[in-house]
Amino acid sequence: MEHTVQFAPATGLLSGMWLLVALPAVSAAVLLLLGRRADRWGHWLGCLSVGAAFVLGLLSFFALRGQENRAVQLNLWEFISAGSFRVDFGLLFDPLSAVFVLLITGVGFLIHVYAVGYMEHDEGRRRFFGYFNLFVAAMLVLVLGNNYVMTFLGWEGVGLASYLLISFWYVRPSAATAGKKAFLMNRVGDAAFVIAIFLLFAQLGTVNFDGVANQVHTLSSGVTLMLGLLLLLGATGKSGQFPLTAWLPDAMEGPTPVSALIHAATMVTGGVYLIARSNFIFTANSTLQLVVVSVGALTLLIGAIIGCAKDDIKRVLAWSTVSQIGYMFLGVGLGGAAYALAIVHLLAHGFFKAGLFLGAGSVMHGMRDQVDIRRFGGLWKYMKITWVTFGLAWLAIIGLPPLSGFFSKEPIIVAAFERKDWTAWLFGIAALLGAGLTAFYMTRLFMLTFHGPKRWTDDIEHPHESPPIMTIPLVLLAVGSVAAGGLMVGPVPKWLTPVLGHEVRGEAVLAHSAITILAIAVTLIGAGLAYLLFRDGTATAPQPAGALVTAARKNLYIDAFNEAVFEKPGIFLTRALVFLDGKGIDGAVNGIAASVGGGSGRLRRLQTGFVRSYAMSMLTGALLVVAAFLAVQYGWFA
Amino acid sequence: MTLTPEWYLLLAAALFTIGAVGVLIRRNAIVLFMCVELMLNAANLALVTFSRINGTLDGQIIAFFVMVVAAAEVVVGLAIIMSIFRTRRSASVDDSNLLKY
Repeated sequence: MEHTVQFAPATGLLSGMWLLVALPAVSAAVLLLLGRRADRWGHWLGCLSVGAAFVLGLLSFFALRGQENRAVQLNLWEFISAGSFRVDFGLLFDPLSAVFVLLITGVGFLIHVYAVGYMEHDEGRRRFFGYFNLFVAAMLVLVLGNNYVMTFLGWEGVGLASYLLISFWYVRPSAATAGKKAFLMNRVGDAAFVIAIFLLFAQLGTVNFDGVANQVHTLSSGVTLMLGLLLLLGATGKSGQFPLTAWLPDAMEGPTPVSALIHAATMVTGGVYLIARSNFIFTANSTLQLVVVSVGALTLLIGAIIGCAKDDIKRVLAWSTVSQIGYMFLGVGLGGAAYALAIVHLLAHGFFKAGLFLGAGSVMHGMRDQVDIRRFGGLWKYMKITWVTFGLAWLAIIGLPPLSGFFSKEPIIVAAFERKDWTAWLFGIAALLGAGLTAFYMTRLFMLTFHGPKRWTDDIEHPHESPPIMTIPLVLLAVGSVAAGGLMVGPVPKWLTPVLGHEVRGEAVLAHSAITILAIAVTLIGAGLAYLLFRDGTATAPQPAGALVTAARKNLYIDAFNEAVFEKPGIFLTRALVFLDGKGIDGAVNGIAASVGGGSGRLRRLQTGFVRSYAMSMLTGALLVVAAFLAVQYGWFA
Repeated sequence: MTLTPEWYLLLAAALFTIGAVGVLIRRNAIVLFMCVELMLNAANLALVTFSRINGTLDGQIIAFFVMVVAAAEVVVGLAIIMSIFRTRRSASVDDSNLLKY
């Protein structure tokens, strides 16, 4: 290995980084334990704790910039100790953690403030903020842990918070089911992650990031491949990537701020974080990188295709999230310089996707929780702020220069074209196609929601703009959507160099400028096509469609596949086991009991109640005993 | 014909048999009770005879114990029979058959 990874102990301000996790965690505990007593002020405490964590994150960020060794760790206490296996409750603040901490607490704070307004009329607002803070604390553990077990701890914590928040309106059967679906599909990935941790310990004897990074080159390539595939499966589970993609769109059953924070900006990017954090494993094996790139390219197309066919505003955004995270997976799979590009796209995506979701929430707020884009139209006149902020986020996500999506997405497309062999064309064209599809479905969404004729349901007289507490976060996120990409694309990769390594870029199969022009061209074609098709609105009833559109409406049969291949045999197996348990095991036990009971029922008839028959049996018994004695005495049977 | 101890044993066996048969075939509680006494006394006779044969006093002492127990048993037993007779107007043991399955 060319360099040794070493973490410096935390000093000064950075030794207080445990507060980053503790602030939201304590706030969550207070909100959830105090119960109704905290109803009046609980939401403000929730915002305050995340805001304080953001300020502390900023201070820590600047403190880290002044450090020689930009990887600082703080071992709080021994977490697990068994034989030679030892895990510390340790935090690591390095450039990668730092950008994630700022994203989570910064965007998280804005969404918390927005949720104060959005959840105002909900009885469970305090409970909501309790779960929300729990999520932030767990997510910070995930990105701050200095070993894989700590990451896993946060990983499970965010899974729990995600489950609780998806099923927040648990009286709705659809929300309860969506929560269970998310939890169960995440379990598949989590199991793979756990096995990867076992494998790391069995092979290397350590699960710390520095230890693994320094020793990973001693592993055989087969073990590295296995390890990487297991981590990748874990990452796909958390990030809603192929093949574990089906839970994410259903997760939109939760309140909209949850979709914005957890299922767009932060938690679902956990998989990208895991791969970027484990870059030393993924870089070590080119087959592994090919698999990651394939997963990313496939998922970005799946997400974009399904996004074109959905009519539920939050589902379109959810599939768009799947697709954008596909770009990030493409980036981390390409390796080298593209690691940092994926992180830049992740950060930029955090802004504009949170803005899009919160904008969608604002639209729903004014339209009595209507989510069907066929029932919107002409809203730009009624919700000016939402319209402008949503529009900026829309331009950002489709990647028009000079908004942030262009600066974050286009370099990934270029990097895809820089692969060494013919796969450059495969993945490059997939990425370009995805960009065109993104432009199409996002323009469709925007046009149908804010422009064209009104297609509202009859109960809506006059849609209203949301209160300032919701629009101010929207404005701030819109500013981020406009500026974040351009500002970050230069400095962030440099900043991340200590973690992700510095590599010269390869030669692209096409000229850089040609790719840029192509990317802008497909974006314009996609957006223009959608504009022409949907500027006059659309039918409010479902329309007959061809095979591809029907398939896309049905999530490309992913759910049907899961149902047929995993769910049905599972149900059958369960029924078989229940049958075996009921008839076989319980049958045997109950059978013994019944035969004993029945036998006793017959035997007890001997108790006639007649004293003389008892006397007779006693005499018979006595005679038998005497006869036996005599027989032994005289050896009659000998 | 000398009166050897075997004769006493035979008498005891005969008395015991009469008592046992009486217990089995009679219904009247008083008669049944007397048959029990007969069996007890047959046992006593056998004990005393064995004591004589062995030349020790063990058997005679046990016979005293048996008499004491028999006397106590008679007191309790007659009291039970009296109380059953008062409530049921019958001394037949076959009539008191409620304590069964």
